[in-house]
Amino acid sequence: MDFSISLTINGVERRITFDDPRVTLLDLFRERLHLTGTKKGCDRGQCGACTILVDGRRINSCLALALSHDGASITTIEGLAKDDQLHPVQAAFIENDGFQCGFCTPGQIMSAVGLIAEGHAGTDPERVREGMSGNLCRCGAYAGITKAVIEAQKSAGEARTGEAA
Amino acid sequence: MSDIPTLSAGSHQRHGSNIGQPLTRRDGLLKVTGGARYAADNNPDGLLHAVLAVASIARGRVTHLDVEAAKAHPGVVDVMVPGNRPALASDPDEKSNPFMFRLDLLQNDRVRYAGQPIAVVIAETFEAATEGARLLAPTYETEQARTGLEGEPFAPEKVGAGNAARAQSGDVEAELAGSARTLEAVYETPAQYHNAMEPHAVVAHWQGDRLVIDTPSQGLAMAVMRVAGLFGLTPDKILVRSPFLGGGFGSKGFLSSAQILGILAAKLVDRPVKLALTRPQMFGPVGHRAPTRQTLRIGLGQDGKLTAIDHATLTASSTFDDFFEPASDISHTLYAAPAIRTSHEAVRVDTGTPLFMRAPGEATGSIALESAIDEAAETAGLDPLEFRLKNYAEAEPISGLPFSSKALRECYEQGAARFGWADRPREPRTMRDENGLLVGWGMGTATFPALMFEAEARAVIRADGSGVMETGAHDMGQGAWTALAQIAADAIGLDLTRVTFNAGSSDLPNAGIAGGSGHTATAGMALHKAGEAVIAKLADLATEDEASPLFGADNVGVIARDGKLLRRDDESRGEAFGDILKRAGLSNIEARGKAGGDNAAREHYAMHAHGAVFAEVKIDPDLCQIRTTRLVGAFAAGRIINPRLVESQLFGGMIWGVSFALHEEGIQDKRSGRIVNGDFGEYHVPVNADVPSLEAILVHEEDQLVNLLGIKGVGEIGITGTGGAIANAIWHATGKRLRRFPIRPADLLG
Ligand code: FES
Ligand code: FES
Repeated sequence: MDFSISLTINGVERRITFDDPRVTLLDLFRERLHLTGTKKGCDRGQCGACTILVDGRRINSCLALALSHDGASITTIEGLAKDDQLHPVQAAFIENDGFQCGFCTPGQIMSAVGLIAEGHAGTDPERVREGMSGNLCRCGAYAGITKAVIEAQKSAGEARTGEAA
Repeated sequence: MSDIPTLSAGSHQRHGSNIGQPLTRRDGLLKVTGGARYAADNNPDGLLHAVLAVASIARGRVTHLDVEAAKAHPGVVDVMVPGNRPALASDPDEKSNPFMFRLDLLQNDRVRYAGQPIAVVIAETFEAATEGARLLAPTYETEQARTGLEGEPFAPEKVGAGNAARAQSGDVEAELAGSARTLEAVYETPAQYHNAMEPHAVVAHWQGDRLVIDTPSQGLAMAVMRVAGLFGLTPDKILVRSPFLGGGFGSKGFLSSAQILGILAAKLVDRPVKLALTRPQMFGPVGHRAPTRQTLRIGLGQDGKLTAIDHATLTASSTFDDFFEPASDISHTLYAAPAIRTSHEAVRVDTGTPLFMRAPGEATGSIALESAIDEAAETAGLDPLEFRLKNYAEAEPISGLPFSSKALRECYEQGAARFGWADRPREPRTMRDENGLLVGWGMGTATFPALMFEAEARAVIRADGSGVMETGAHDMGQGAWTALAQIAADAIGLDLTRVTFNAGSSDLPNAGIAGGSGHTATAGMALHKAGEAVIAKLADLATEDEASPLFGADNVGVIARDGKLLRRDDESRGEAFGDILKRAGLSNIEARGKAGGDNAAREHYAMHAHGAVFAEVKIDPDLCQIRTTRLVGAFAAGRIINPRLVESQLFGGMIWGVSFALHEEGIQDKRSGRIVNGDFGEYHVPVNADVPSLEAILVHEEDQLVNLLGIKGVGEIGITGTGGAIANAIWHATGKRLRRFPIRPADLLG
């Protein structure tokens, strides 16, 4: 039996047909749409490598069935940079060396974007660490990750102040 | 790799010396945009998905698999079991050298550890393969699993990477008998699982008699040879691509059974196949750090000097192969004593075969030795740093060799100053913070050998003045794409932006293995030599050419800088690379270079990196929750190629030290032999909130003996020292000596 849903993925609306109700958003992207930026580290919601934004909120895509997300608007790591301009979080990850092997990185970055949007971590390192603790990094790039999130948070704050003024 | 763009060079302005600059990662752009392609990101046309079924018992036989049920599931294409597994050219149980680990490739129905592959289900989709594997519903004939360290011990001849299992200098028993004070303590470390974030994966594609595999590898050339031997292929028919590893830590040094099974599955169905391990499957067939029980006996003189160190390790290997965690060896290098003895014993248990895991031996040995040294300092009534300085090894203790360099005193000094160690009260349980938490300060010494392996590289200079440098190096996160490119660019006197650096594929010159913290030194030296060789060729062209301003300069010599060759005695006279080549009618010129340990120097010197780690912990006096709040490490590891990346490596190592002291432990059920906490929910590794404020001081150290570039390696040293520093800080906070790791809040209760 075929299922059909519509998803807006990185700003592009797509009608997606697939034949299996067991497909998660993670496997849909990786194996069927060949959007492989999002990573699978555990497939059971324990590592955060698969973090994406669904309607602006960060979720573990390995725990999300594609079928139950008809109509959702999704951002993955591939959709973050705009017109070859890196998102401030991406730029901050490079500048602060917020990764080593890079496997957890798409999830870290999406989680950071989500955290900044949630707005309760601010630039307090303790809160940022707490807010990013759903994303494991076995390489231990946490110091750089924390710095990157704070730096991106600051530039987001400045951008907002700029807009308001 | 053409898909590695050089980041626009904003952070890289200086010409002439790429080495030493804190460049951001050249693969950074790919990694932050999702463009870095890891093995499982490959989706060739016609791809099928394979899922392993693994044993849920630790010892016995598979008596039945419901292959029919699995095959009947829509989408399942085939099920690979011992009966239909394609033939291999060599026996997976054959062992012709110590680094050829026995594999589980469905050679029979035997089960020798929980998590062992027992079948492979191949399907059109991942979902169908997963369900097919479940439908196999295996039944077993089960035998009692052997677990723990209580079995009959035996004495292996070799441990680790072929070190002698026993070593000694002086008469330990006599020294202990004559010591003013002695202490004996037993330390236990658990099984640990590498758990790189990227589970082992392979995409295998047979193209006629040619095999292309995408799989993470810390040793591409070895991987090719292993596959060649198993499949009866010549190495030139095999291409292994591993541009990015999602972490390795030792578990991707050798191809695992799982990866070979993916290749076999592709052969069986004659289509490309992707096989990725699930997280729980990372707790069986891909190696682990074996548990240890270490007994340390220490003798002390009246003056607070060590008289003897006796370090005995009991560890475990699998029932069918040999790898022995060389924990006692740490006592060979750090502290001077008239008598030192190290030894190892082992038992056999029903687990997968243990393997090299980040600082194999050093990490396990260090946490025990550094704890024991702290206990000895306390016994001697001395400050732990003062005690370590009093027993500082001026020459390598057992061998008696001088150190090629050893800036450990500077590490102690700079680390202690930065941490504020001088203010530490000697008595335990005397410091509290403003919230009433117990505060403790502890320290440990870090050390790791400066190893070199063999490698080759190729250097090309083109008529347009650009260069190509290549070696089949491996970037598992340490930063090879960047650090090696920096070395490569300097080797041919070009700015990094003018050099194409290729790595990560088996069709490039053999870069050896990314292990033993020796990859930057090894592959870097090969690149350096290749560069030297191509520059020498270019110089020959110029100095023999009357039309060149360098004509006749062969006696005084030339140097390469900024894309030009310059007379060594008069740098105003020189010529651009491209001009030399064009006049000679050449489009490019190339040469190869080789690296290996300089054995002559290695026979006469002991070569190690060193460091000192200082830790602060805070402990809730009622709930006993333990937090590491501050870590300062000072490390001397020879020349630093890229301080930004090195700091990250050291931090990563220190976090593994936190994990060793407080978090990770693989628990094997005594009854079933299964790992009961085989996932990230139950097998704890530090999360961001567990990681304290970290500082790593890079202590200046020059060493012309380790290798021409003076590199010692930094990938593993951070774990050593750190675990012990935290354990010692816990003692200092509470007055309790805890000798079983990881230390948990429950251990402090009561
Ligand atoms: S893969 Fe989804 S949380 Fe780990
Ligand atoms: S960068 Fe390797 S797991 Fe985070």
